[in-house]
Amino acid sequence: MGIRFLLNGEAQEVEATPTTTLLYWLREQARLTGTKEGCNEGDCGACTVMVTDAQGSRALNACILFLPQLAGKAVRTVEGIAGPEGQMHPVQQAMVDHHGSQCGFCTPGFVVSMAVAHLNRRTDYDDQLAGNLCRCTGYAPIIRAAQAAADQPVPQWMLDDARAVQLLPPDGGAAGHPPPCIPKGADDLANWYEAHPEATLIAGATDVGLWVTKGLRELAPVAFLNQCEDLRGIVDDGKTLRIGAMVTLTELLPIMQGRHPGFAEMIRRYGAVQVRNAATVGGNIANGSPIGDGPPALIALGARLHLRKGAVRREIPLEDFFLDYGRQDRAPGEFIEAVSLPVQPDHLRCYKLSKRFDQDISALCGCFNIRVENGYVAAARIAFGGMAGVPKRASSVEVALQGQPWTEDTVRGAMARFARDFTPLSDMRASATYRLTAAQNMLMRACLDSRGEAVSVLEVRP
Amino acid sequence: MSVHAPLPHDAAALHVTGAARYIDDGPVPGDCLHLAFGLSRIAAGRVTTLQLDAVRAAPGIVAVLSGADFDVIPDCSPSAHDEPLLSDGAVHYLGQPLFLVVARSHLAARRAAVLAEVAYKEAPPILSIDDALAAGSLFEDGPRVYIKGNVEAALAQAPRVIEGRIDIGGQEHFYLEGQAALALPQEGGDMVVQSSSQHPTEIQHKVAEAIGKPMHAVRVEVRRMGGGFGGKESQGNHLAIACAVVAARTGQPVKMRYDRDDDFLITGKRHDLRIEYRAGVDDEGRILAVDFVHSMRCGWSQDLSLPVADRAMLHADNAYLLPHVRITSYRLRTNTQSATAFRGFGGPQGMAGIERVMDHIAHALGRDPLQVRCRNYYQAARTEGTVPDRTDPGGRGTMRTGTGHGHGAHSPMPMVGQNTTPYGMEVTDFILHKMTDALAARCNYAERRGAAATWNATNPVLKRGIALTPVKFGISFTLTHLNQAGALVHVYQDGSIHMTHGGTEMGQGLFQKVAQVAAARFGVPLDQVKITATDTAKVPNTSATAASSGSDLNGMAVQNACDKIKARIAGVVAPDLQAEPGAVVFRDGMVCAGGAEMPFTEAVAKTYMARVSLSATGFYRTPGLEWDQRTGRGRPFFYFAYGTACSEVVIDTLTGENRILRTDILHDCGTSLNPALDIGQIEGGFVQGAGWLTTEELVWDAKGALRTHAPSTYKIPAASDRPDIFNVNLWDQPNREGTIYRSKAVGEPPLMLAISVLSALQAACAACGPHFPDLQAPATPEAVLAAVARSRGSR
Repeated sequence: MGIRFLLNGEAQEVEATPTTTLLYWLREQARLTGTKEGCNEGDCGACTVMVTDAQGSRALNACILFLPQLAGKAVRTVEGIAGPEGQMHPVQQAMVDHHGSQCGFCTPGFVVSMAVAHLNRRTDYDDQLAGNLCRCTGYAPIIRAAQAAADQPVPQWMLDDARAVQLLPPDGGAAGHPPPCIPKGADDLANWYEAHPEATLIAGATDVGLWVTKGLRELAPVAFLNQCEDLRGIVDDGKTLRIGAMVTLTELLPIMQGRHPGFAEMIRRYGAVQVRNAATVGGNIANGSPIGDGPPALIALGARLHLRKGAVRREIPLEDFFLDYGRQDRAPGEFIEAVSLPVQPDHLRCYKLSKRFDQDISALCGCFNIRVENGYVAAARIAFGGMAGVPKRASSVEVALQGQPWTEDTVRGAMARFARDFTPLSDMRASATYRLTAAQNMLMRACLDSRGEAVSVLEVRP
Repeated sequence: MSVHAPLPHDAAALHVTGAARYIDDGPVPGDCLHLAFGLSRIAAGRVTTLQLDAVRAAPGIVAVLSGADFDVIPDCSPSAHDEPLLSDGAVHYLGQPLFLVVARSHLAARRAAVLAEVAYKEAPPILSIDDALAAGSLFEDGPRVYIKGNVEAALAQAPRVIEGRIDIGGQEHFYLEGQAALALPQEGGDMVVQSSSQHPTEIQHKVAEAIGKPMHAVRVEVRRMGGGFGGKESQGNHLAIACAVVAARTGQPVKMRYDRDDDFLITGKRHDLRIEYRAGVDDEGRILAVDFVHSMRCGWSQDLSLPVADRAMLHADNAYLLPHVRITSYRLRTNTQSATAFRGFGGPQGMAGIERVMDHIAHALGRDPLQVRCRNYYQAARTEGTVPDRTDPGGRGTMRTGTGHGHGAHSPMPMVGQNTTPYGMEVTDFILHKMTDALAARCNYAERRGAAATWNATNPVLKRGIALTPVKFGISFTLTHLNQAGALVHVYQDGSIHMTHGGTEMGQGLFQKVAQVAAARFGVPLDQVKITATDTAKVPNTSATAASSGSDLNGMAVQNACDKIKARIAGVVAPDLQAEPGAVVFRDGMVCAGGAEMPFTEAVAKTYMARVSLSATGFYRTPGLEWDQRTGRGRPFFYFAYGTACSEVVIDTLTGENRILRTDILHDCGTSLNPALDIGQIEGGFVQGAGWLTTEELVWDAKGALRTHAPSTYKIPAASDRPDIFNVNLWDQPNREGTIYRSKAVGEPPLMLAISVLSALQAACAACGPHFPDLQAPATPEAVLAAVARSRGSR
């Protein structure tokens, strides 16, 4: 039995090694070459496809999407965005009418992203298309095309996938050489992983995908977690908010909008739509990256990490998980089940600093959870990404603020403490000096921000 | 008539459905082989051991070739014969191809290419401009110098002298389709090559040389590129040559495409340029003299660097009359990727220098930079906006072939005060006074500049800046012989038309524009004209589609071919129409004279029956050019294209984050051949230029490794980076020169409109304190924060 999924409405059963990417299979095996390879690392969107399952339809990068992740789902490529009789989708016609293509190479990816946005009735085009790079047009005609198509009805064929996937067998089948493990839940995963601690767990594959496409690594054994439904939930018991490891950033965003809008705004700039649709909260923690944007915010919120190995569960403060660069407090065979946050009033401010606003990895990312009572700092949890080998709290700065009046003078005094907490590196994203200066200035920004001063260039209108 | 109509790109419907084919998309024979290069991991030195056994033993490998496998290693250089396909043992940059893997699949080739065991003897690399200047590592013997007047004397007498320096970073092309080629071996050792190239003739020439055949044995075909921007003018040579060499050896088809990271590591980028300036000015901000020193980082091989550096010098004046000027240009050889053509070809860098001087003068004098700019403009064309010799209806009078503009070539030294460029060309078509006034009025420049100052006074953290900057860009290849083009037009018996020319399609809409010309010449609907791939067997000896020249040159060549056929048809049908052949006109699908007319198809059929040829070649050479590259004197350009842009930005003085709030553009395309495509070039060029000057930063580490080698680390603009308000309008006035339908070239000039963004950011930084902020490019958040500190005098 191969991996079963729908491709442009047609049933497929594919035998392939587990880490075969959808893009490779489409272009080399299925000979559907409308989907392009622009970067092979999930940053340009030229390979964007629409994937539909019970959760709905969303855009994903085919270059870092492994075939077993598609089991039981429906895939629609640019060739399937036009109708069965070759009728153009409204976004395709609008792209022609508004001169939205020049060289045409990014166009299929744009068309798919636009068609998904159109289907989901999203009109925040700068966000919906942030994961699609165009080098020719300057984007203006593409946005005009998206706007022009917005009021057109969704073509019937775009709605067919949602119905058709219900008729597929739930697991979609899976095979390969060697066959991947596709556990059906956390228990299943715990048993298998304890027995195969050398395995690689694959959630959204937005990081592991690059191990394959760029690192050219052969990964085996592997387990795909996409069918672990019990790792997906978000539960609020009034005291804690428990977020399952397999919750995607897309799913987390609206949850945070109501609770910590600063975090939500940072998630809006985390990767881009295609990445957020795949990337998981657990994966962002487990990979141990010092520049992941999730951990600093979660640490500032006092998050605790729920780990499991076999039947044994343990819980640690999230910041304790990150031991050193490339080293985490995780035993072989142990995996992340969830992360939990104390339910709290919102005092969180998140500042993501990068060369480009959208779809860029942070040079540094500062998250400030500062509770002020009667003008004094009652509690401060401050965490940074990009300032050390791990996501890390600014402990000395926190101490310097504690109990002090929340004023610019206090901030100026505390700014010097950053050098105690952090010795950042210079790299292609920023120099060490800039990182330290900007981190200090972010504290000032947090103070001014809390007083309602204008501090974000993103909020300035022409 | 089809010209001037805002028609969509000819392949738009194919693009949006995914049906448009690029090199890697078409079906290939089952025995096709695939290639990957193994790359150097050091920047300078020699390979002492190249152990390839593990590469050969990898799955799917057919062969592995190194320099030792060639009697003569094929050369890939477009200029100086200094780029061996594979290292001959010497290593010149990190990323240089050392060996070539031949495999049964692209993936197998890539996987094997990283398995080599290579030992090196490292030498200290020359990486930066400072390294190269210190080591005296230059192309050519010494600097090239253009001089007008007496700079030192004028500087000595100037009331004020302003000095400064700006370092302008390079830029990766990031064409969405990476480099790619496919070689299909033919009988008798002939070769057909499909290449993603702006320069099919160069591919043909280099492939023929590599496989030891005359050029007639090699046919190169280019249907389209997924973006070029100059990055496919010479950088596709390596892939095409590698494919052809392996195809010749194996007799099998061979395809090669770079993985994106390899593309970044192997291929050249825009040159970075350091500009040092000393400007003498009077109290009104008028420039009396300027002394520029250009230090251009060219990378390891010559490639196109010399003409790129020339063009930087040729745009050191931009729109300004410089009474006394000296431009000294050092072309530096470094152990980095060989910098190459990129939209503007050095012009943008050179232009950014004088625009910085303008900002610096205005800051020093406390004046509005726009006032300083206008005060230094060239004198307006005497008959600004009018055209002395309008196109005659028959179209045959549009080519002016006289040399009435050859002032510079015959005058030994341009005179001070004349309306001449630093290279002695008289500027006769200057229209920026009116364009600037029109744009400033349309975008409320003065009012908004005041509003920004008010806003800045009340906002401690965020600061706004606004700037309006001009562009004057010289149109023609500065290598004068390249200003020629050919075309081939067939009219079939049914009246359908097959058109081809030497230009290549990289997204700019050239094919559509030229098809519009052909349809207009014959007076037929556009769908009667078939657009076909560029093919060296149909049109030989073509120039690269570069220097913004595509529609100027190829439009004229196609017009010439069409008019030859029209004359023959007219000769055949004139008796039927009871008219002289010269009175016959082609319009609305009819061939007409006096009151009589017949359908075009009938006229074509009659011509065929009369045994008269319905096929013609066309040719065009740009008139009036006289240029001595060595002395820097003459008329290198047929005309200038003009533009002006006003950008407003906001910066964060705590982090340096910045963005564009609004941009208004007024750009001169002459009488546009296709306003929709031209506006597309302007919008796209501006955003690409804004990326160059803001987010796009190339970073090499101390070993010479390019650390920004993928879109994860190298950030071209995304959708939200375009200005919130983005108004683009055309200055719709006919070209004074006799170009195709009086249009103007549009490919490169709009990129330089983005200098308005750098200037506006500079203004925003200047709002933070009394000192000149000296903002460097690209203006990343880090660069802006440093400029804010300089403005405050705190660093």
